[in-house]
Amino acid sequence: MKKWIAGAALALAAMTGTAFADGHGDYPERPIMLMVSYGAGGATDFQARIVTMTAGNEDALGMPMAIVNKPGAGGRVGWNWFATQAEADGYTLGAYNIPHFIAQSIEGGVDYSADSFEPIANWGADPAVFVVGADSDFNSMDDVVNFAKSNPGGLTFSGAGLFVGHHIAALQLEKAAGVKMAYIPNNAGGAGAMRAVISGEVMGGVNNLSDAYRAQAAGNVKILGVFDLERNSFLPDVPTLMEQGYEIDNASVNFRGVMVPKGTPQEVIDHLAATVPAMFENSRVQSRMEAGGSPMHIMTRDEVLAMWAARQETLEDLLAGL
Amino acid sequence: MEFLFYMGDVFTPVNFGLLLLGTIGGLILGATPGLSPTMAVALLIPFTFKLEPQQGLILLGAAYTSTVAGGAVSAILLKIPGAPANIATTLDGHTMAQKGEGARALQLSFIASAVGGVFGVLLLIFLTPILAQWALAFGPSHLFWLAILGVTVIGTLDSSSVVKGLLSGCIGLWLATIGFDDIMGAQRFIFHPSVAGGINVIPALIGLFAIPQVITMFTKGRSSDDAEIITVQRHPIRKAMAEVFSRKRALSIGTAVGSIIGLIPGVGGQIAGLVAYDQSKKFSPEKDKFGTGHSEGVIAAESANNAMVGPSLVPLLTLSIPGSPTAAVLLGGLLIHGIFPGPDLFMNYPQVAWTFIDSMLIGQILMCVFGLYIAGLAANVARIPHGVMAALVLGLAVFGSYSVQNSMGDVYVMATLGLAMYFLERFGFSAAPLVLGLILGPIAEANFIQGSMIANATVGMGSYFFTGWLNWLLIVIVIASVSYSVWMEIAQRRYTTKDDAVAKEEALS
Repeated sequence: MKKWIAGAALALAAMTGTAFADGHGDYPERPIMLMVSYGAGGATDFQARIVTMTAGNEDALGMPMAIVNKPGAGGRVGWNWFATQAEADGYTLGAYNIPHFIAQSIEGGVDYSADSFEPIANWGADPAVFVVGADSDFNSMDDVVNFAKSNPGGLTFSGAGLFVGHHIAALQLEKAAGVKMAYIPNNAGGAGAMRAVISGEVMGGVNNLSDAYRAQAAGNVKILGVFDLERNSFLPDVPTLMEQGYEIDNASVNFRGVMVPKGTPQEVIDHLAATVPAMFENSRVQSRMEAGGSPMHIMTRDEVLAMWAARQETLEDLLAGL
Repeated sequence: MEFLFYMGDVFTPVNFGLLLLGTIGGLILGATPGLSPTMAVALLIPFTFKLEPQQGLILLGAAYTSTVAGGAVSAILLKIPGAPANIATTLDGHTMAQKGEGARALQLSFIASAVGGVFGVLLLIFLTPILAQWALAFGPSHLFWLAILGVTVIGTLDSSSVVKGLLSGCIGLWLATIGFDDIMGAQRFIFHPSVAGGINVIPALIGLFAIPQVITMFTKGRSSDDAEIITVQRHPIRKAMAEVFSRKRALSIGTAVGSIIGLIPGVGGQIAGLVAYDQSKKFSPEKDKFGTGHSEGVIAAESANNAMVGPSLVPLLTLSIPGSPTAAVLLGGLLIHGIFPGPDLFMNYPQVAWTFIDSMLIGQILMCVFGLYIAGLAANVARIPHGVMAALVLGLAVFGSYSVQNSMGDVYVMATLGLAMYFLERFGFSAAPLVLGLILGPIAEANFIQGSMIANATVGMGSYFFTGWLNWLLIVIVIASVSYSVWMEIAQRRYTTKDDAVAKEEALS
């Protein structure tokens, strides 16, 4: 028995030795935690579970990742915890949602900003879209804007809350079209906002592309425009807002990815930045995400850093008027 | 009758094995304080990655069904409601367990759950298209009136005094305002980082119900232990069956209320049990027995919270909108296999959809069988000496509160509320109205603000909240409910002096 244990230990040592022969020490030597600041079952949680399911593979991190949910106050509870209490040892990772946490930090009242975190890699990008009920009279964004022009403040449209992608998209639309509309934040998130559109409680709504795609397939809504720089492969026939003549960029696109707290050792950040994007590219991950209707958008650490900085600037500008 | 065609699929060895696993596992998870049905289902999703879509859904459906019923076990034996759905069960169920009738209470609750549950799933099978329209009919103004209807229940829920019931309700409403408000963006009463995300209902439930009891058990001390040991009465299942079916009023009110309320997105399971309990109390000729270990109370509450399971999936399966947190988690379980729920779900994936629904039907019956089997054994919990029991419940309370969001903050909230509740109970206040306030506060507030935002942009407040038959129907029920309470109060003039409250407290513990 003792011999057997010794043999197993030796084999294990040999395996870890080869896996980390490239000079990153023996990180990671135990399972890693990924903090998600939304509840179990939500889109962020659901996607985080898929993209990390291959973390234990030898060609990825070699250690499994466990999802820990810290929901509350639109993500603020989880990110506050991550910025102030999470250990910066490389075993505590967090999921970020852009533009949410940057917009919240500009609004104030939280313990974090973009400087509190170090991005590792981005896995997904879910653009906002404008939806109206299937039997609505609106057939293009021009119809919507014309109605809003003749009824200032009278066009009701729903979204998932304040200082989230949907709200940013709503602000951008009002600014670009020069109209005043009635944005109705829903306390039941994107699903509640979608329900309000389908049941006709509101005239339209901003929602996630993935959810709107399903609702359209079910025959419940029409999608009038995408708040992104280019058309989406899930909806090749739906024009962007830019194509319809409104100066709106991709500031509202909901980017999701992985980050670590500031102060995590540079070697650990480098090791993660090198392996995590490859982990997202795993074909099993890709096919599961595709099946779930979740658009993937893999970005490396450098690309994410640039994206965060760009968002910070746009959002400060946009939210200054509030 | 398509569901009969796919019934055979439930009984293939692998599928039936998963169904058994989901049912037994669900009962255990449900009986663990703090593990709500939503969390149990979320925990199981990663296990379905490797399964066929059909098999994964059988596991999730069985777990959903049996965790809801399993919550009654800790509600009855430990006075810790596993989820908001089980609050009403503690009111009479735990009193029964303390009298040594734990086996009877558990048997009644499982049989009532199965009756309600089967009825709910049958509604899902036969009436889905009609029910889907009903689920969409509830806009902000209707949900607001519905929450107000819930508030009117607060006064009558506490049997000792309407005024004290209303006061505890107000404390609950205040607690509900703590935290970050998603609609207006305001931060309210965040005096400690633990409450930054608001007061989570589950730690609050555990604290308010379990902690006062733990303190009472500790204060009794060792001396009275021997005298306190209760003889646990055995109770034949046959008698429990006969009793459930002879209490037709409670059973039908519970099942009907659970099915109707379960359908309404966002309100559903949380208040179905409490509203059913209150309604069957109002219609019962034996009103005074409620709260003292009356079987109607357990039957109404448990048939309601399981009846809600089937209808709560209607908006998800037909409109692709999850109507409850658990439904949202199930949506994730469907998406991961590339199945998009919607009107053509039953056309595109009939085998998956019908096997899923059939397995919930069979699951209800399996749950009842296993539940009855453990009921006799589990009732012996009442024989554990007080000191040991108090330590055990305290341990479970801390574990349960922590596990909701892996946060010590929730444990502090649980302990603080529990301690405060201990002193409030000394003065004749009770926990149930307080929790109802905590649950209804956000529903009433959020829907009022959303409704008024829509109203101000369109037709104006007056016509938004006061037109349409559904608004008026709800308003009329609210007025009827309030008048009934006022009339009862005047007719009976219930006063509770401090002595009465102390006497009641001592009688209970």
